[in-house]
Amino acid sequence: MRALLHRHEFYLAALTLALSAGIALANPAFCSVANLFDLCQGSTVMGLFALGVLIVLVSGGIDVSFAAIGAFSMYVTSKVLLGLDFQGSAAVALVLGGAIGTLLGLFNAFFIGFLRLPTLIVTLGSASLFRGFLLAFIGTAIVNTLPAGMVRFSKLTLWEMRLADGTIAGLPASFLLLVVAALLVGCVLQGTMLGRGIYALGGNPVAAARAGFNLRGRQLFIYGGTGLLSGLAGVVHACMMRNANPFDLVGMELNVLAAVVLGGAGITGGRGTVLGTLLGVGLIVTINNSLILLDVPSYWQKVVVGAVILVSTGITARTGWARARGAGLC
Amino acid sequence: MRPAIVAARNISKSFGGVQALREVSVALHRGEIRGLVGENGSGKSTLIQILAGVLGPDAGEIVVDGKTHAHLDPREAIRAGIQVIYQDFSLFPNLTVAENLALNTELEHGTRFVSRRRRRRIATAALARLGRDIDLTQTVAELSVADKQLVAIARALLHNARVIIMDEPTTALTQREVQTLFGIVADLKAQGMSLLFVGHKLQEVLALCDAITVLRNGRNVAEGEAAQFSPGDLVRHMTGRHLQGRPRATTVSEDEDLLKVTDLSKAGAFAHVSFAAGAGEVVGITGLLGSGRTELALSLFGLAPADSGTIEIAEQAVRIRSVPDALRAGIAYVPEDRLTEGVFAEQSIERNLAISGLSAWAHPAGWISPARLRRVVAPWLGRLRIQTPSARMPVAGLSGGNQQKVVLGRWLATQARVLILNGPTVGVDVGAKADIHAQIRELVGHGLTALLISDDLRELAEVCDRILVMHRGRIVREIPAAGCDENALARELGRLE
Ligand SMILES: Nc1ncnc2c1ncn2[C@@H]1O[C@H](COP(=O)(O)OP(=O)(O)O)[C@@H](O)[C@H]1O
Ligand SMILES: [Mg+2]
Repeated sequence: MRALLHRHEFYLAALTLALSAGIALANPAFCSVANLFDLCQGSTVMGLFALGVLIVLVSGGIDVSFAAIGAFSMYVTSKVLLGLDFQGSAAVALVLGGAIGTLLGLFNAFFIGFLRLPTLIVTLGSASLFRGFLLAFIGTAIVNTLPAGMVRFSKLTLWEMRLADGTIAGLPASFLLLVVAALLVGCVLQGTMLGRGIYALGGNPVAAARAGFNLRGRQLFIYGGTGLLSGLAGVVHACMMRNANPFDLVGMELNVLAAVVLGGAGITGGRGTVLGTLLGVGLIVTINNSLILLDVPSYWQKVVVGAVILVSTGITARTGWARARGAGLC
Repeated sequence: MRPAIVAARNISKSFGGVQALREVSVALHRGEIRGLVGENGSGKSTLIQILAGVLGPDAGEIVVDGKTHAHLDPREAIRAGIQVIYQDFSLFPNLTVAENLALNTELEHGTRFVSRRRRRRIATAALARLGRDIDLTQTVAELSVADKQLVAIARALLHNARVIIMDEPTTALTQREVQTLFGIVADLKAQGMSLLFVGHKLQEVLALCDAITVLRNGRNVAEGEAAQFSPGDLVRHMTGRHLQGRPRATTVSEDEDLLKVTDLSKAGAFAHVSFAAGAGEVVGITGLLGSGRTELALSLFGLAPADSGTIEIAEQAVRIRSVPDALRAGIAYVPEDRLTEGVFAEQSIERNLAISGLSAWAHPAGWISPARLRRVVAPWLGRLRIQTPSARMPVAGLSGGNQQKVVLGRWLATQARVLILNGPTVGVDVGAKADIHAQIRELVGHGLTALLISDDLRELAEVCDRILVMHRGRIVREIPAAGCDENALARELGRLE
């Protein structure tokens, strides 16, 4: 029980629940199944991005290119499949988008792992590069008709409910993708030496090298994996929007980073969990969603999200600090 | 002669333009404790890293069990039973004790999936071998320095280690922790382990080691049985010069108390502390850990203000509630850990020298001209004998002793009159230490007062005019330095326990 009270995730979950209870009182519509499905759908793309960012933050790096990778993968995948007049399953779109994302992630990994350049600089540069390349050479026109497979995928639901007013609310199939990705990332980070090596790298890179961890291999995994998740997120985004807009996604970076940090990952590396990350995403999505339900103007959403981030990370930093003081560390 | 377990032969290594090692050789035999001594920057850590396979030598070879390698791979070194306890311990602060202990073993066995049971088993076995008990679920960041070191040693033992190399293991330890460490080292030797003990505290090295290798400027300068060396010999080999004992002419002017503290108290730290120190006097303050000496120093410098009592500087009562108060009153503080508290390592030497006096030198509008900055700091480079080609080099490029001089100089440049030195030579080698001691005497010769807080009894006996002994927050003894040596001091302190 005491261990639970020390966990960041506990406070985050409590905060989300308290917030939800408050909103439900103000607007009972929040509690509806339809809205719950909405929240899940709203969390999917952000959650996929956030899992990638989590891996990078744990390793002690930072990635601001994931949104550009997502947009690139999404747009190129749609264009290619349309060009081929491909009628098959959306799985192919996901595989293709994931592959493009992985390649772009490995591009980052090359500069970070082999040339040892700082991660922020590399990903800032590559974000601009990917986006510029996309808009200059591939296109700026919104693709309004997606390949048939992607359209089918966007209508696919895991579970459906007929509501009182006769409409049908469904939990989109893509949410399953987030669940599977979260489980996989969680297992890799917690249960494998590959993952523990990423924590070790984030905690003390010099010691990790001395211990004999294969750091280049890990960088390939970290940035390749993040690219893969970003590519998937891009394709899922297109499916949800029923179009592929090359100007989409870019601009989400700070929100996603904020969600991951809110979830307890340290900017300085070595800390963070999948559960915390998902809770962080959930909280941000809930805030945005509820403010819409409460008719709060969208500029205010930014103010509220910013305030929540400052307050919650402030509290964690203070308690962590107090504990370190208790142990005589500062 | 018995064959060596590991030997480095004619190793050379340079970093960019810096030749860190020149044809250095060292050999370690079974069941031997060998001291590797040398001043900061003499190449000890570099040599160790080459033995551990972390760095490759430019020339020379490493011989392990009679097999010659041009370059050892870290995993090969580990497989050969060579383990290094690094100065920074090389632990993962974000992971638990258990995971820190088990991680390298798991890695070595090519483990792919984590098993908590196995991790726990490895960790328990590791600590058992040292006969210690540490909570395995704590994260390493929460441990004390001594416990971190224990974890590092326990981890090293896991790898069928036959050779343990310790890089300056006593730097951050208290006297008592050092004794514990020596007990462990003796145990390991009795188990047939060979140890390479890197240090610069000569008493420690002479007390512990069977044989000694001395490096100076990246070269072998002496080697032999420990019994062959006297402390004076070692100092001479390490520094290449003769350092005499205390060159002390007491300069105390009796008529003026520059600093007078009356009935100073702070709840939970110290109570009813009164003393006075004159211009030209070095007053030592010592006591066991937790005696309140550091808290006293911090309160005089305004970092943790006292609750009651008075402080007078040159017979003027001053109120010290903050660091700017203390600086205005002419009190300067040189912290214990020069690297984390003391210098801005990436910044230039001149900026570091100037930082504490910036407000005094700035134009009223707040800006500072670089020319003025240079004029203010230039004399200190010479007076402190800081060895550098340029004042614009980053401090990180200086040796430890020179970095310490920069910290000292920074406060002197503020025109301070009372200097509080908290462990000024912790982690500094003998040559630089002698320089710093001479410096302190020279400074008080200019009419300053110095309070020297230290654990190093020899240092206290050599530098101070009087020594105040604190115990449980009170000053319990005042010992004049005349006729006092480190043994007499040790007896005084021993009586308190
Ligand atoms: N990674 C490095 N890059 C550049 N110079 C280095 C590096 N490591 C050590 N040196 C230089 O090599 C010399 C020897 O350093 P070191 O082996 O750390 O000495 P010691 O451990 O005896 O204090 C010093 O002049 C130091 O500045
Ligand atoms: Mg060293």
